[in-house]
Amino acid sequence: MAETTLGHANHTAPRPHGLHGVAADWSSDQRAFKNVSWGKAMMWVFLLSDTFIFGCFLLSYMTARMSTTVPWPNPSEVFALHLFGQDIPLILIAIMTFMLISSSGTMAMAVNFGYRHDRRKTAVLMLVTAALGATFVGMQAFEWTKLITEGVRPWANPWGAVQFGSSFFMITGFHGTHVTFGVIFLLITARKVWRGDYETGVRGFFTSRRGQYESVEIMGLYWHFVDLVWVFIFAFFYLW
Amino acid sequence: MVDLTPHGAGPISAAEVAEVELYHPHGWWTKYVFSQDAKVIAIQYAGTATAIGLVALVLSWLMRLKLGFPDTFASITPDTYYQFMTMHGMIMVIYLLTALFLGGFGNYLIPLMVGARDMVFPYVNMLSFWIYLLAVLVLAGSFFAPGGPTGAGWTLYPPQAITSGTPGGQDWGIILMLVSLILFIVGFTMGGLNYVVTVLQGRTRGMTLMRLPLTVWGIFTATVMALLAFPALFVACVMMLFDRVIGSSFFMPAIVEMGTNPLPHDGGSPIMFQHLFWFFGHPEVYIVALPAFGIVSDLISTHARKNIFGYRMMVWAIIGIGALSFVVWAHHMYVSGMHPYFGFFFATTTLIIAIPTAIKVYNWVLTLWRGDIHLTIPMLFALAFIVTFVNGGLTGLFLGNVVVDVPLAQTMFVVAHFHMVMGVAPILVVFGAIYHWYPKVTGRMLNEAMGRFHFWVTFLGAYLIFFPMHYVGLVGVPRRYPEIGDTAFVPPSVHTLNEFITIAALVVGFAQMVFLFNLLWSIRHGRPAGDNPWRATTLEWQTAGTPPPHGNFGKELPVVYRWAYDYSVPGASEDFIPQNDPRPRTQGGSA
Repeated sequence: MAETTLGHANHTAPRPHGLHGVAADWSSDQRAFKNVSWGKAMMWVFLLSDTFIFGCFLLSYMTARMSTTVPWPNPSEVFALHLFGQDIPLILIAIMTFMLISSSGTMAMAVNFGYRHDRRKTAVLMLVTAALGATFVGMQAFEWTKLITEGVRPWANPWGAVQFGSSFFMITGFHGTHVTFGVIFLLITARKVWRGDYETGVRGFFTSRRGQYESVEIMGLYWHFVDLVWVFIFAFFYLW
Repeated sequence: MVDLTPHGAGPISAAEVAEVELYHPHGWWTKYVFSQDAKVIAIQYAGTATAIGLVALVLSWLMRLKLGFPDTFASITPDTYYQFMTMHGMIMVIYLLTALFLGGFGNYLIPLMVGARDMVFPYVNMLSFWIYLLAVLVLAGSFFAPGGPTGAGWTLYPPQAITSGTPGGQDWGIILMLVSLILFIVGFTMGGLNYVVTVLQGRTRGMTLMRLPLTVWGIFTATVMALLAFPALFVACVMMLFDRVIGSSFFMPAIVEMGTNPLPHDGGSPIMFQHLFWFFGHPEVYIVALPAFGIVSDLISTHARKNIFGYRMMVWAIIGIGALSFVVWAHHMYVSGMHPYFGFFFATTTLIIAIPTAIKVYNWVLTLWRGDIHLTIPMLFALAFIVTFVNGGLTGLFLGNVVVDVPLAQTMFVVAHFHMVMGVAPILVVFGAIYHWYPKVTGRMLNEAMGRFHFWVTFLGAYLIFFPMHYVGLVGVPRRYPEIGDTAFVPPSVHTLNEFITIAALVVGFAQMVFLFNLLWSIRHGRPAGDNPWRATTLEWQTAGTPPPHGNFGKELPVVYRWAYDYSVPGASEDFIPQNDPRPRTQGGSA
């Protein structure tokens, strides 16, 4: 009972491919998903549940938007910035989206370097990811401020259906909270990588378990998910 | 007969996951209070659920007293009655049954039954309980808040849930209720992730999915459903909280209150709340029922000394019911004014659920057929469950059809129906399961005499309460009314019946006090149980000690060689063969 290595351990027996492989795995003992560690499985199940939360948020918003009897504000105009003497629609959102998607790239590189035990590059890439995420949240705060100064409130706005403001603040706020939590955990994980916790096998403060570089990948799963959700919010809220 | 290992030990694969070092408690606090051991967490969950459930039980007495003797209990005003009704319903469905089945039995039985030392992430599991406790405290706190708890009905339908005519609507009641539900969902998710991953990825060697006891299948499927259904409730709660606290209009249309007072809302859809709520609410019925189905299968098989009939069909029926229950939610909304074609669709899917549930009932009965039936207390409760579930299910066929539902929807018939099918039936299984596993949890048997008294009074009493209630509903007595007064269409017999039902409810309530006393008394004075008093096959009865120690099993985890239902195998020396017995069936016996 002394070993704490999970996951990619010792499943070496050859397995059938394709559907036969799926059937063989699910009818086998111990694990339904071979070579998937507990932590990774748990993150996937959590993300599935979280998908339903965002799904319900977006469906409720779409229901409100489709059933409203007053005009829905035009997102291209509402989310335009006045730059260089002209209104550029969705420019801020485009930059935010670009930054968040780029951060998925740096996250993926961090995972790669993590498995190569390159502590310095992994930590730096995670910090870059966190910085991009924090910038995203900052730009979102700017966007909120701009809309609030223009008179958008959860209960009213100058251009039409009141559900516009409430849906906007609720959905982007819930997503922004996800990003913020992601940034916090990115910083914590980056610190652990930097200190070499995953090499020396220091035990977690709360869990008393030893961490490993897979934590970087699990962190990445969450990050990519938050990124993917944004793509849907972008499509359904801003582009519609 | 499904025999998965006809010739005993096949090739046993090597362990795929190295053993994980458990968190070892350092003292009293980390052993009994902030414990990371699933068995302790299970008892904490069960104790908290029972405590808040007692509150809901007392509320039901008060409601019955008002219904039976409206003049004597004139001090219970309609407002108070609605508050009692709301809290009774919400506590019973979510804070008692869901928490007890998944947090209580799930935590205790999953690691033991799949042959694991603990849940996969004990720390997260511990957090789950403490957040659940916080949710319960917030809910209980609403009794002491200004304005009292919410009286919106357990479905919390807007717009009335947050208008000033409803108790707690413009006070703290509804806010605390919504916050408590959000906390419950957060806490449950932490536990639920553990249950799912432990079943999928944390089983012992030889334990395939098709060798899992049906108890684990029921709890596992219910947990998966909960992880997919609770998000809808979460979103509905967040949105209603916004409507109530910051004045958004997700669910609130333009509305004039009390004839003169226009509310600051515009354009929201109350029906959208109903869709979100019932997308959670209907799966919730089966989140409560599926663990009961699973547990009762094991009780029947063990106490009838016979393998469960049609094990694979039982598993697929559980999965089928779970999947179907996500596409039937609008049958709770036939009277909401939705399109008739929707009613047609949802009536069809609703009635299709009768097929897998009927398969389960037939299989339970066929398991009993020519079994060596021991009328132990768990078996009595299991048999009572089958009868009650069939009764409640049959009235479900009435209500699942739109044309029959529309006249019945607002009557006591609905109250009788859902209390039979998702109140009484699952709670009978809870009782049976407690009588069955209490010896494992404490090492002592529950007192037999008190147990039989408890069973007969509860079982017969439940019928005395809810059978007449169907009649009361059929003559048109509306539900949600604290008193019906001198209404022309209500015959005098209804008043007599209401008094009768109230007295029956109080008697049944008294029997539960006997049960609680039995639980406490038997810890010290019960007959010592030994490791396997029921001579059962599943792994939790094969532990090194009783109650099982930290880590559940000794130095070596058990290896599983067979399914969970090798009872009365022809030629075997004993009438049960434990799952971890490596010998071929014909030579197997208790180790």
